[in-house]
Formats: sequence, structure tokens, C-alpha cells
Amino acid sequence: MSTVIARPQAGGWRRARRFVLPVAGLLVAIVFLAPYVVMLLDSLRPGSEALQSPPSFLPHHWTLGAYGDILGDSRFQNWLKTSLLVAFASTAIVILVAIPAAYFTARFKFPGRTAFLFLVLVTQMFAPTSLVVGIYREFFELSMVNTYGALILTNSAFNLAFAVWIMHGFFAALPKELEEAAELDGNGRVGTMMRVMLPLTLPGVVTATIFTFIAVWNEYVVALTLMQDDDKKPLTVGINSYVTGYEQNWDQLFAASIVAIVPVVILFAVIEKHLVGGLTAGSVK
Amino acid sequence: MLIFGVVIYPAIELVRASTGEYSITGLRRGSNGVENYANVLSHPALGTVLVNTLIWVVAVVAITILLSLGLAQFLSKDFWGRRAVRWAVLVPWAASLVITSRLFTLIFDYYHGILNVLLTKLHIISEPVDWLGDDTWTMPSMILVGVLVSIPFTAYVLLAGLNAIPGEVHEAARIDGAGPWQAWRRVTLPLLRPALLVSAVLNMIYVFNSFPIIWTLNDRNPGYTHDTTITFMYKLAFKSADRDVGMSAAAGVFNVLLILVAVVLYLRLVKWREEDA
Repeated sequence: MSTVIARPQAGGWRRARRFVLPVAGLLVAIVFLAPYVVMLLDSLRPGSEALQSPPSFLPHHWTLGAYGDILGDSRFQNWLKTSLLVAFASTAIVILVAIPAAYFTARFKFPGRTAFLFLVLVTQMFAPTSLVVGIYREFFELSMVNTYGALILTNSAFNLAFAVWIMHGFFAALPKELEEAAELDGNGRVGTMMRVMLPLTLPGVVTATIFTFIAVWNEYVVALTLMQDDDKKPLTVGINSYVTGYEQNWDQLFAASIVAIVPVVILFAVIEKHLVGGLTAGSVK
Repeated sequence: MLIFGVVIYPAIELVRASTGEYSITGLRRGSNGVENYANVLSHPALGTVLVNTLIWVVAVVAITILLSLGLAQFLSKDFWGRRAVRWAVLVPWAASLVITSRLFTLIFDYYHGILNVLLTKLHIISEPVDWLGDDTWTMPSMILVGVLVSIPFTAYVLLAGLNAIPGEVHEAARIDGAGPWQAWRRVTLPLLRPALLVSAVLNMIYVFNSFPIIWTLNDRNPGYTHDTTITFMYKLAFKSADRDVGMSAAAGVFNVLLILVAVVLYLRLVKWREEDA
């Protein structure tokens, strides 16, 4: 059978692709990395050099000074602390709430389920920018402005819908018999979920986790409005004060940005495999 | 409950605010009925803003999906260094949008920007272009950044979709004598439909609501020449001569309705059913 499909150029291409694909890959990588290489290089030169004219690709003076500056800056340490705290707490809340919610919507055909799923999508449509005034008032009345709790709650709520949507598909894809068997073996509902269902839907949980973490890590508008106390700001908001009308420390801004990317990239690196398998596994039936 | 507290309640506040009258400092003076809506609808910049939004959303989503399709196809192939390339593609996603936007104001800069130097050296352009100052180039520059940051998510969703297609399907198509292009169009594309749907809808929502890129790259324009509905709304409340929370809220309500209409239209167009979600 296989001889039928062999086309004349196939042999040549097979040899060529060993070189063509990696080279193409290199080009793709360059396109995506280029802006961030500029960022890296700018973080390694004195701040004043970023605004030289004409600009140069490589720094005239190489220096790690900016990294020393920000790591020794107590403001930066506080921002990093806030970002880590808020991102981990929000992600934990989202996952803990979304798992049972997704399980429920996937298992029980309650009336209005399609409507519920669409409603979940609709909550994603509200731009944080348009809700931020209302959110601010709400937390002002609760005297929770400038508290980590307010930021954590807001971020959790914004990402909950999406997490439910993703995990719903994973739970829906699991065969019911599996669950019944587990229950016959004497597991309670919770036990069944923890010991049988959860391990099987791990890719879905991982996917939802990384999405939530990135979204919270990079959230800006709400944090900008809610956290006015300088040492309670998260990184995204805080590091902007390195470059304002008065201060032009581009090197520090970019050094801080590089540091802010690192946790996310590490997270990606650790779970990349699960991510590719997990993104749509639930939606392809 | 949580969703109620943080999305529904502020949404109600938003609607309430949209009918109120506010002073310059944001104090509520009383109800204003539907006047805010009328003010938004008769705002001189509304036409420009709507056209900008349309161009922005359609261009970014369409270009992103097309490029991501190609990229996902490429990344699904097995080659030396593939993991490194996949990593590189993820970086724009990992970086915060605000910072990426600021970075690009520097890259695009007329005097200090590296882009002009690069393009001049490569003889693609003969003299520097004022990417963010020249009105013809502002929108394309913003779209470029928008596409760059949207591709990682989209390409990964599509890549996952591709991985979910069993290999035998392709083999069967080839045995039936389909060429590569035909096999892709008739077999791969239909099977990718759920992944395409998810990425298109989410991209539409995110791009529509995208704030930092337009806000940051468009910093120098005091008017509304390159604003989309989302920055328009923000400017109404905080930056413009109008400084009107009520009007801004009304614009916010319009914004949600616009997205809703766009998404529903899209879902109609591709005949969404619940099983696809």
C-alpha cells in the first residue's frame, strides 16, 4: 500500500527537511524572542543608553548594575512578594472551586446547562476596565481597598469562569462506568473524585492552573486601582515607577521585567508537555 | 458566589452608574436617565472609535489565527530543537502586556528605536518611519504587537487540537489519493474546528477588551484618533475634557453589548452547538 503514496519528490524532501525544519524553527524563535532580546540587552546597559540616538544593538557599557539595584530595592522586593502571594493564592482558590463546579456541570444534566455554560462565557466579556469602578466602590464599602484579600478575590473571580469551562470538558470526557466502579469499591463521592477522577483529569487541571497563574501574574488594571499603597503593589504595577516623567531608569524597568518573566517561564518549562495535551482534549469529542 | 460578588455586582453598579450624573470629581449628583447613553451615541469621536475597534479586532484575530494555524502545523512536526522553539513562542505570553507595550514604544521610537535602524540597514526602508507618530502607521504598529502577544495562546490551542487528531486519519486520506493541501483542507481543518472555535471566541473577547497595547502605544495622541471602545471608555472617565463617569459607564455597557453581539454573530456563523464547547 505504501508504495502507492510515494511521490517522486518525497525522497529529496525527506533529506532536505532534516535541515530545513530546524532552520525554519530558528527563524521562528528569533521573531518571537527578538523584542525580548532587546529588553534583555537594555537591562544590561546603563539607563541613559536606552535613549541614545542613533540607537545601537549592543550596549556600549555592559553592566549588571540594574539587577543589583532592583534586587536590593525594598520596593521591588515588596512588589515581588505581592505578586507571588496574590498569584499563588488566587490560583489555589480558582482550582479548588472550579474542580467541583466543573465536575458538577459535567456530570449532572440540570436544566439550563447550556445557558449556564454560555453565561460563564459572558462573564469573560466584561472588561476589567469597565468593572473597575464598581469593584473599587464595593471594596471601599467593605474597607478592603489596599488589602491583598481584595486583589486575590477579584483575580479569583475573573478567572474562575474560564477554569470551569476548560475543566468541564475533561470531566465530561471521562466514562461514567469508571466512577460507578469506584463507588462499588466502597469509595464515597469525595473519595471517588480525589482518587479516581482527579488523576485522570490532571491535564485539564494543569491547563487551568497555568492559565490562571499567568492571567493573575499579569493583571494590571484592577491592581492599579485597588492597590494604591506603594509597598503593596504587584510587580506589573510597581515596576512602572522606574520610568515616569521624573525618573528614566529604563535599565531597571527592563531588569525587573526580565525577573518578572522568569517564574512564568519556569512554570511553562515544567508543565509544557501537559499543556499541549490538555488545551483542547476536552473539547474534541 | 465569588463570580456574583466580583462580576455581577460591579456590573450592576456599572449599569446604575450609566444612568447617573457625576461631577468632575466623581460624586454622584443624581439620576440622569438615559442622557449618558444619548451623550455617548452623539459623541463626535464615536464613529472613529467604532471603526478603529472593528479594524483592530478583525485584523488582530484574523492575522493571529492564520499565522497560528501555520505555526501550530509547523510545531507539530518533529525536528531537532523543537522544544526550544516552542519555548521561544511562549515568551510573549509570559511577559506582562503592560511591559511588552512599553518595550515596543521604545522599539518603535523615531529617534531611539531599534526598528528603524534594523529596517534601514536591511534596505527595507530608505528613511526612518515615525511608527507611532505618523497616523498611517499607528494602527499597523499596534496590530503588530497585538498579533505577537495573541499568537502564543492561539498557536498552543491549535497545536493541542492537532495533537488530538489521530494519525490514521491522515494516512487514510493519503491512501485515498489526496494531495497534502487537499488532505489538510478536507481532513485536518474540519477536525480542528473545536480548537479553532475556542481560540477564535476567546481571542475575540480578549482582543476586544485589550487595553494596555492601545493605551501605551497611543500615548501621544490626546484625541481619539486611534482609540478603541475600551480606551475610549477609560478616557471618558479619567482623561478627557469630558471626565464623566456616567458617560464612561454607559460606554462600558455598550462595550459588553458589542462583544456579545459579535460573539453571538460569530457562533451563528459557525453554527455552534453545545457539544463543541
